[in-house]
Amino acid sequence: MSIERQEIEKLATLSRIAIGEDTITEVSERLSSVLELVDQLQAVNTEGVEAMSHPMKATQRLREDEISEINQREAFQAVAPDTEDGLFLVPKVIE
Amino acid sequence: MHNLTIAELVTGLQSKEFSSVELTQHFLARIAKLDANYNALITVTADQALKAAAAADERLAAGNAPALCGVPILHKDIFCTNGVRTSCGSKMLDNFIPPYNATVVENFEQAGAVVLGKTNMDEFAMGSSNETSFYGPVKNPWASDSVPGGSSGGSAAAVAARLAPGATATDTGGSIRQPAALCGITGLKPTYGRVSRWGMIAFASSLDQGGPMARTAEDCALLLNCMASYDDKDSTCIDREVPDYSATLGDSIKGLKIGVPSEYFSEGLDPDTEKTVRTALAEYEAQGAELVEISLPNTGLSVPAYYVIAPAEASTNLTRFDGVRYGYRCEDPKDLNDLYTRTRAEGFGDEVKHRILIGTYCLSAGYYDAYYGKAQQVRQLIQQDFEKAFEQVDVIMGPTTPSPAFKFGSKGDDPVAMYLEDIYTVATNLAGLPGMSVPCGMVDNKPVGLQIIGNYFDEARMLNIAHQYQQATKWHSLAPEGIA
Repeated sequence: MSIERQEIEKLATLSRIAIGEDTITEVSERLSSVLELVDQLQAVNTEGVEAMSHPMKATQRLREDEISEINQREAFQAVAPDTEDGLFLVPKVIE
Repeated sequence: MHNLTIAELVTGLQSKEFSSVELTQHFLARIAKLDANYNALITVTADQALKAAAAADERLAAGNAPALCGVPILHKDIFCTNGVRTSCGSKMLDNFIPPYNATVVENFEQAGAVVLGKTNMDEFAMGSSNETSFYGPVKNPWASDSVPGGSSGGSAAAVAARLAPGATATDTGGSIRQPAALCGITGLKPTYGRVSRWGMIAFASSLDQGGPMARTAEDCALLLNCMASYDDKDSTCIDREVPDYSATLGDSIKGLKIGVPSEYFSEGLDPDTEKTVRTALAEYEAQGAELVEISLPNTGLSVPAYYVIAPAEASTNLTRFDGVRYGYRCEDPKDLNDLYTRTRAEGFGDEVKHRILIGTYCLSAGYYDAYYGKAQQVRQLIQQDFEKAFEQVDVIMGPTTPSPAFKFGSKGDDPVAMYLEDIYTVATNLAGLPGMSVPCGMVDNKPVGLQIIGNYFDEARMLNIAHQYQQATKWHSLAPEGIA
């Protein structure tokens, strides 16, 4: 199964990864070859088989809604690309 | 000192034959002198290591030393280390210094281990050759033109080259067992949920599991004793008592029923590798085990199912790398969308980008049921194969990889050829089962690994089985040329 150029552009938008014009063909070829591999699944009869969500059928546990961590904003923001007054800075969104 | 096992180092430290500072200096000197040949380490933490070694020596002198007090180890660069750069093999995290420790790192700190540095790996653990690392490939200590395996290739090469006696690693589709096999060391991927994943950078959350690498099963037991723990911070961690993995190493394996799946000895397996693995199975027979032919009929579907599930989960996990809160940010973004798309285009390498795109495709509207849903159903079938097998046998054995270490670039253009490297290892991740690789021979002067797959939480028995083999054979103690 091959992936069309338009589809690659849509995937690039959905995944927020810029893909250069010069690499679209290569990306399309690689993705197509992986899809060919995974398309083997389509031939398997899985009627009535439950999709597996956890190997031991464990479920998410609940806990009391109590504070367990202290605020470490300064430590966390020390590794950020750009901050100001305790806020993460990004390019202007609204003119 | 670098040829001693962790068990021997513990004895030597406790009987004051040598100090932790001496030991740490010795390994740091080896890393400084030899790692240029292998590129196994991304970061060396010499100052912190020497400080930790001095503290360990004080505790050893005071007589209240914990289990691994003063033993030098390495952490795969996927485990967050407080104050020490944690790159995950990616340009995206080249500047990332975590403000906290992973639970695994914390556990080793509590046990008194000394961390020498962080090991190289495939970018975000996506690869079977270490060729996708931003820091360049790791070279196999047995053959410098060949790959060490991946993604934990740095940890495996470092242990094989005696740059450290043990290391942490992670396994999503074979990333502990395959490099362990290719580098001639022992590695164990525990049951899903046995080791905390908190602070371990996520790749595919339903498959990822941390585990130990060392030269012997006895050493892996010592490392797992410390690594395995229940952790409130990881909601997938299973609340179950951690046994003493060292206590049962000496048990007899007489009467052990070993399942030998015909699908693991079929087309695609290198004949010399097969011969080597069959010889290992015969050794088990000689020790009183019984070989039982079994079938895991859905084995062939494990690679296709894996390459839907792993990229799908990776595509969601890796959305967090957006250039806003930490890690790489592109220069002069013109707006927010440009910031996201260019940061991710420049920060991720090709393999990671391709997997994110594949994963996004499998999860996108209209395709979810056909791909992710279907793969999760097939996963159930694969697990049922194992359930049936374990009704008949105690443990399953076969090759870890189809052939010994391959040459750099030899699978470069075809992603599917590289993915098939995982053909014998991914099924255990899909089923959540524990698996290990043990050195069992040499082909063309390159190591071959015997894979041992156990039932859920059967790590103690697997380590016992591997240890008994290592008592009777010498493959685990061979060293690459120029190392000893």
